[in-house]
Amino acid sequence: MKFFLLNRRFRDKSHFIWMTISIILVILLPIFLATGLIIKSQPILSTNEFSSLLFSSEWKPLSGKFGLLTFIVSSLWVTFLSILIAAPICLLTAIYLTQYARRYLLRAMHPVIDILAGIPSVIYGVWGILVIVPFISNYLGPALGKETSGYTVLAGALVLAVMIIPFILNIMIEVLKTIPDALKEAALSLGATQWQTVKRVILKKAFPGLLSAVSLGISRAFGETIAVLMVVGNVTRIPSGVFEPGYPLPALIANNYGEMLSIPMYDSALMLSALVLFAVVLLFNLASRMAIARYEKLQ
Amino acid sequence: MAKFKNIEEKIFIALMRLSTGIIVFALLLIVFSIIYKGLPSLSWEMLTQTPKGGFYFGKEGGILNAIIGSLYLSAGATLVAFVIGFPVALFMNVYLIKYKRFVQMVRFFLDLLWGVPSIVYGAFGFTLMIFFGMKTSLLAGIVTVSLFIIPIMVRAMDEVIKTVPIGLLEASYSLGATRSEAAYKIVLRQCFPGIITAILLSFGRAIGDAAAVLFTTGYTDHIPTSLGQPSATLPLSIFFQLGSPIAEVQNRAYASAVVLTIIILIISILSRYFSKRYEKHRINF
Repeated sequence: MKFFLLNRRFRDKSHFIWMTISIILVILLPIFLATGLIIKSQPILSTNEFSSLLFSSEWKPLSGKFGLLTFIVSSLWVTFLSILIAAPICLLTAIYLTQYARRYLLRAMHPVIDILAGIPSVIYGVWGILVIVPFISNYLGPALGKETSGYTVLAGALVLAVMIIPFILNIMIEVLKTIPDALKEAALSLGATQWQTVKRVILKKAFPGLLSAVSLGISRAFGETIAVLMVVGNVTRIPSGVFEPGYPLPALIANNYGEMLSIPMYDSALMLSALVLFAVVLLFNLASRMAIARYEKLQ
Repeated sequence: MAKFKNIEEKIFIALMRLSTGIIVFALLLIVFSIIYKGLPSLSWEMLTQTPKGGFYFGKEGGILNAIIGSLYLSAGATLVAFVIGFPVALFMNVYLIKYKRFVQMVRFFLDLLWGVPSIVYGAFGFTLMIFFGMKTSLLAGIVTVSLFIIPIMVRAMDEVIKTVPIGLLEASYSLGATRSEAAYKIVLRQCFPGIITAILLSFGRAIGDAAAVLFTTGYTDHIPTSLGQPSATLPLSIFFQLGSPIAEVQNRAYASAVVLTIIILIISILSRYFSKRYEKHRINF
């Protein structure tokens, strides 16, 4: 009997130790990530000024010039264009599914959202090459009087928009579900139409949550790599319009991993871009998660 | 005025229906365009052979190396993530149940990590690899991808485990169970379907990710036989084949995309099936 007791105590203890180790690992992971990237980008930061790296568009690795501006501007173009497309669609769909549609429709949409969220990035890229790129070069471009190969900022943004829709939509539906029914009923009983209720009561109440959803979408879009890389054209020039090719930061990192060890400072420059990416995404995430947490507390 | 508000409502309802339609249409368009383009080039030979000489010029061979490589990589990464992630999820909800603030903080950390793009993990994995003097290998890939899916897995499990009522834990303590017994015997059984779903979700993430493995796993035409060898993966095989100017090879990329899509769809269906099937072992309150 005593033996069993000891055995059980021992097992309990060892489980406890392993759990503690695991949770410490998980908590330290972001710190490891940041330190690793900072150490690796040290060489380039010690020879160049940080601001000159960020705000110079001169990208000539062979002569040691690593200006990231072109890539940062491209990233911003693609990200904001995709949000511009995805956010209204998500908002309208979320309102429809939670306020107007019958319950079975919401239930039926869940697998659609889940599958969209589960499709790998590279499949989105293939789809972009199959459908979006030809669409832009054959129909949309000529219709607007532009000659284009289709591999453009717009193509990247369209593919990206579809990719982040499930992500944003999920959060928006969750946010709208938390609005208490009593509020809605009060507005309706005062004679407001359903749309007026949505517009003046629900959207107002849910605004911080919805904004956070969009901002999480931004951070997701900013870091997306393969799908965008496949359709965006990858030309090292600051895009001047949506029908121009772009070259976002993640694509830069992914495209050049092969040669980065053969050119001095190249790897350091790429690690710096990864660090910039990490910092931007973390910032957006931090802001929106904190907003969501506060919002949940208010409910 | 009254009329205007009705017209406005009608317009917006139409727009809402349109947006919902667009989303459904986008999914159908993706699945059908991939299958339509890829299915004709898909053959038994492609699934069961590794690349032969001249494969990348449109000659014989298949993508078995990538399929097996991807399965090895994702299974390994999911296993590592489970060994670390599952105890974390249990720890947060069984041991630390009194420390709400701390658990909240851990959740916050995990959410932040979830948002970090996989290419950043890839770059980090690459620095780790160089630090330890390793070459691109299956092992490096597994470590990188497991870092990437740990937050996903822990949060998915946490969402399920946190619904376990405290009464269930108290009942098992009062019968003399230790905390680890309560965690691994009671909570595990109560949340089994959710945990399977979390594992499958992470597995799907791992198999579909290309950016994290780009730096760390390398690419080869052989099926890896040990952890120290580089390995091909399906997303990268699609990516590389699509980059070829030869139409034959491009068609194979589309066919490989069909394979990957089908794998993802199977995972999605499986997780639905499991979550229904093991529901009956739950104790309902």
